[in-house]
Amino acid sequence: MIEQLTCPFPIRQYPHVLLAHGGGGKLMQQLIEKMFSYAFGPKPVHGLHDSTVLNLPVSKIAFTTDSFVVKPLFFPGGDIGSLAVNGTVNDLAMSGAKPLYLSLGFIIEEGLSMESLWNIVRSIKNAADEAGVTIVTGDTKVVDRGKGDGIFINTSGIGIIEHSLNIAPGFVKSGDAIIISGDVGRHGIAIMASREGLAFETTIQSDCAALNGLVHLIIKSGADVHCMRDLTRGGLASALNEIAQDSGHPIEIEEAKVPVIEEVASACAMMGFDPLYVANEGRFIVIVPDKQCEKVISILKTHPLGQGACRIGSVSDAGRPLVSLKSFIGANRILDMISGEQLPRIC
Amino acid sequence: MKYLDEYRDPVLASQLSRQIHKMATKPWVIMEVCGGQTHSIVKFGIDTLLPDEIELVHGPGCPVCVTPLETIDRALAIAGRRDIIFCSFGDMLRVPGSTTDLLSVKALGGDIRIVYSPLDAIKVAQDNPKKEVVFFAVGFESTAPANAMAVYQAKKLGLKNFSLLVSHVLVPPAMDAILSSKSNRVQGFLAAGHVCAVMGYTEYFTIAEKYKVPIVVTGFEPLDILQGIAMCVQQLEEGRVEVENQYVRSVTKEGNLHAQDLISKVFKVIPRKWRGIGEIPNSGFSLNNEYQDFDADLKFKLGHIKTLESLQCLSGLILQGIKKPYECSAFGVKCSPESPLGATMVSTEGACSAYYRYKR
Repeated sequence: MIEQLTCPFPIRQYPHVLLAHGGGGKLMQQLIEKMFSYAFGPKPVHGLHDSTVLNLPVSKIAFTTDSFVVKPLFFPGGDIGSLAVNGTVNDLAMSGAKPLYLSLGFIIEEGLSMESLWNIVRSIKNAADEAGVTIVTGDTKVVDRGKGDGIFINTSGIGIIEHSLNIAPGFVKSGDAIIISGDVGRHGIAIMASREGLAFETTIQSDCAALNGLVHLIIKSGADVHCMRDLTRGGLASALNEIAQDSGHPIEIEEAKVPVIEEVASACAMMGFDPLYVANEGRFIVIVPDKQCEKVISILKTHPLGQGACRIGSVSDAGRPLVSLKSFIGANRILDMISGEQLPRIC
Repeated sequence: MKYLDEYRDPVLASQLSRQIHKMATKPWVIMEVCGGQTHSIVKFGIDTLLPDEIELVHGPGCPVCVTPLETIDRALAIAGRRDIIFCSFGDMLRVPGSTTDLLSVKALGGDIRIVYSPLDAIKVAQDNPKKEVVFFAVGFESTAPANAMAVYQAKKLGLKNFSLLVSHVLVPPAMDAILSSKSNRVQGFLAAGHVCAVMGYTEYFTIAEKYKVPIVVTGFEPLDILQGIAMCVQQLEEGRVEVENQYVRSVTKEGNLHAQDLISKVFKVIPRKWRGIGEIPNSGFSLNNEYQDFDADLKFKLGHIKTLESLQCLSGLILQGIKKPYECSAFGVKCSPESPLGATMVSTEGACSAYYRYKR
C-alpha cells in the first residue's frame, strides 16, 4: 500500500500535465517510470512490451471493460482512481469471477495538476491492493485543454471462474429470493453533494468498494447463486428491471424493506430524487433459491461490507417481466427503469 | 426519517382508507390541484386504496406542464446564444419546445446550468460579469417568493448582467377557469398545500361559494392526501361547502405575509397563457415597472416566436381533468418520457409521466 510516500516524479518541475507527457518522448517515459511503474510495479525483466503475456490457471475467464468520467475527481469516500478499480473488479465479481488483472487507460486533460494525478495513481494502487488485483498494462494519452474533464480512466479486467455455477439473469427462477447487500444511494448523493452549485452540507460518503471478497464468501459457501448485479448507474430500480427483462420473470419488492440511511433519505426528499434510482458503487443484489436466503444473508453479514444485508423481495411466477413495488403504505405500483437522468424538480 | 415516516404509516393509511370507504355513498370527482400531489398519489398507490365511488382527476398544478410553448421557445432561443449563461430548475430541461429542448441546446454548446435556487443564479452572475445570466423563473405562488428575492437582491447589488425569463402562474384563477368550463366534472378540490403556505387560503372562499365546491387545503405525504380526501368526501356527502385546512402544520389562513409583501414589491398580476389550456385572465405574474430592467423578454427583444405544438397531444384536456393519460392514443406509443410530445409526460409531476412510470 502507498500511504504517504513521496512520488519520485519531479512534481515541482512539472506541476501540471503537459501535452508532451502523452507524446511518446522523454517526458512520457519519465512519467511512466517515475510515477506509474513506481506505483504499479517494476518493469518486466525483459523490458516493456506492446502487450502483457499472462498465464491463467483455468480456461474459463470473465473479461470486462468500463470507463470512468466522474466529476468531481475527488469526492467524499473515494475518487476517480478507486472508482476505476472497484467498478471493473465488481463487474467481474458479479459474474462470479475472481478478478486478477486490470488494464489502465488514462486520457488526461492538459493542465491537470501533477499532484492530483499522483493522488489518483496512489488511490488506484491502494484499491488494487485491497481488491487483490494487479495492474498489468496501461496507456496514457494527453488531450488539449478543454477537451477532457481533468482525467478520464478506462479499466478492463480479467477474472477467472473457478466454480461450475451458471450466474446470469437467464438462470433466475420463480420463487427465488432477492437479497441486497446493504443500504442504497450513498454514492450518488455524495457526488451530488460535492458538485459545484449543488453543494449542501452532508456527511454522506460514497459506498465505493470492491465486492469480490463478499462474492467469494457466498460462492465458497456452496450457495446456488442464480444472478448477481451491482447497483451502479440507475440504481436498484434499473438493476431489477434489467434482470426482469432479461430473465422474462416479474419481480416484486417491498419499498419499506430497502435499506436507506436517514441522511440519504433526507437528501433525496429535499432534491426530489428517489433513492431506488440513485447510483451505488459498493452495493449489489444476489438472487438465490428461497430456501438458501437466510444462509446467504448470514454469510453476507460476516463481512464488513455486508452488514446491512437483507431480503427485499422475490422473483414471481409467469407474467409480464416488470418490477412491481409494494409502497410504504401497502399499495402496489410499477417500479420502472429511469428515463434519462434524475433531474432536481422545481418545487 | 423524522417528519416523513409519520405521514407514511401503513396502519394509519389503511384506517383512513376504510373511513373513506364507509363515508362514500355516491360517486364523487375530486381534483388534486398540485402536480406534487399527483406524483404522491401515483407513486404511493393512494388511488388504489380508494373506493370505486371516488375518482381523482389531476389538476393543472405542474409548472413544467403549463409553461406555454412560446416561453419554452424563447428560453431555447436565449439559451443557445454564446454570450448567455442560462440557469434553470432541473426539470425544465427536458420540456419539448417546438423543435428542440434545453438538454439538446446544452449538448450543442449552450451554457445551461441547473440551479436549486434563483439565488444561485445571482452568484453565477456575480462570478461571470462578462456574460449575461438569465434565470428561467417558472412556477406557482410557492416559487414566486424566492424568484422575487433574486430580482430584489440583483437590484440592490446593482447587477446589470442578470435577468429573469418569467412564466409565473397562479392557482386560484386556474381553478376558476376549470370550474367555469362547460365540460367541468370536478366536484371538490384538494388545494395545493405549498401554494397556500405562501398565500394563505382566503382567496378560496369566493371560489367555494361561487361554484358550490368544497376545497380542502392538503399536503403531499400519503396520510395528508388520504386525510384531505376524507375531509372532502365528508363535506360532499354532508352537502357542506367549506374551505378546510388539512395541512395545518404548514398553512395558516393568512399565509406568509413577508413572502406576499416581497412578491407584491416585484411582480404584477397579468393575464397568462397556460400550455394546453389557453389564456386565463389574472393568472400570472410578470415583473412590475420598477424591475423591468431585469426582464429577459424585454432585454433580448425576441419579438414574436412561431410555435408548433403536437396535434396528437391531449395535455390540455388532461390538465383540466377532462381526460386521463391512458385515454390519449399517443400515450406509451408515440409519447413516453424518453420522447415526450407534451410537457405532462416530462415532469415527474406531470400526470402522463406519473401514469407512465407507475401505472402502465
